[in-house]
Amino acid sequence: MTPRFAPGVRLHEDKARGRTVVMAPERMFVPDEIALAVLRLVDGKRDEAAIVAALAAQYDAPEEVIAGDVKALLDDLATRGALIRG
Amino acid sequence: MADAPLALLAELTHRCPLRCPYCSNPVELARAGTELSTGEWERVLGEAAELGCLQVHLSGGEPTVRRDLPEIVAAARGAGLYANLITAGVLLDAPLMARLVEAGLDHVQLSIQDAEEAGAERIGGMRGAMPRKAEAARLVREAGLPLTLNAVVHRQNLPNLSRMIERALEWGAARLEVAHVQYYGWALLNRDALLPDRAMLDEATRVVTEAQQRLQGRLVIDYVVPDYHAKRPKACMGGWARRFLGVSPAGRILPCHAAESLTGLDFPNVREVSLRAAWEDSPAFNAFRGTGWMPAPCRGCEHAEQDWGGCRCQAFALTGDMRATDPACALSPHHAVLAEAVASAGAPDFRYRGFTREDILPSHDVRLSNA
Repeated sequence: MTPRFAPGVRLHEDKARGRTVVMAPERMFVPDEIALAVLRLVDGKRDEAAIVAALAAQYDAPEEVIAGDVKALLDDLATRGALIRG
Repeated sequence: MADAPLALLAELTHRCPLRCPYCSNPVELARAGTELSTGEWERVLGEAAELGCLQVHLSGGEPTVRRDLPEIVAAARGAGLYANLITAGVLLDAPLMARLVEAGLDHVQLSIQDAEEAGAERIGGMRGAMPRKAEAARLVREAGLPLTLNAVVHRQNLPNLSRMIERALEWGAARLEVAHVQYYGWALLNRDALLPDRAMLDEATRVVTEAQQRLQGRLVIDYVVPDYHAKRPKACMGGWARRFLGVSPAGRILPCHAAESLTGLDFPNVREVSLRAAWEDSPAFNAFRGTGWMPAPCRGCEHAEQDWGGCRCQAFALTGDMRATDPACALSPHHAVLAEAVASAGAPDFRYRGFTREDILPSHDVRLSNA
């Protein structure tokens, strides 16, 4: 399962408000800090397990705890059409 | 101080080869000669990004009638805006598509008027539109751009809703917007022919809800309901001058694209003031911002910061008072006018949009013989 952004979806620096948002066709999503950390690792090359491993190393947390959060986030954004679960 | 707007609706022109009877353009359409120039749009897009807008919706009329559309798209992307094109698709050929992709276009929203050719031609008022739209959809997908189909639905095409959803799948759309007609301008003129009854609305909602579940992960379906059957008004534009602004073809700066129907407000023009000055300081933008302007029953209402009093244009069109509570609210003393409109709907024919014609023939039937 290698997630990637759907066509027309990308991270965008919202300079006026000092935050990073997910830009999508005629809509946007405002990720929280954890969601943003996940989305920064979505590059169409890393699979879900690699994303979890990278976050576990980055935050010094157990993979099994992080895996649930990552899956929930990826599922949610896939349902909204922002991500494709490869 | 007002929060910064999130998006700009750039209405590049009122010209359009289609004549949809629910067109959201004003009944008084702007002529080509009054349209903003390429350079003026480039400046406006820069001002929008600087003000805090993140996306621009390039709309009309039909935006592809403007030969400088690729330059305008490039200016939007250059300013850091996400560029959506909202089009009927009938003029979108391969060379134009290539230039738009080169300019950095992010997304295309393509309208369909009905599921099949005959109905689509009758509603859109243009022969041969449907195959051209299919071709436009193919070009968009071939270019790798995301495609949204926009189906405006009403009494005359609601029976075909399931087949419109099939079209979205067939044409490769990732998203479908099913939007019930909102009754302003041309649509208000044609309300008797367009407004569905309660049973039609309920059936449409059932079809959409079923498809949303069945197609999860394949097609996202957004659903915009008509407020004539509602008890609470819509939070029109997310509240007056809270999140969006628009610029008309002739440069008027508007809190929503229908706002020119409000007589008595003086909307600023990009030829005279900056978008920031209009957004922050103009009397028109501040007229209905927040809750301080509200009369009863909105004043002090627990829903005041959810629906923001509903829609000013609808209040004005149906009550003659733009400060009134939107009649879509059950608490409005005018709420009954909506039920009356629903009860009297059912006219078979509509009036197509178009430019007002200055007749060169006598407008009366002058009989010269058989007197």
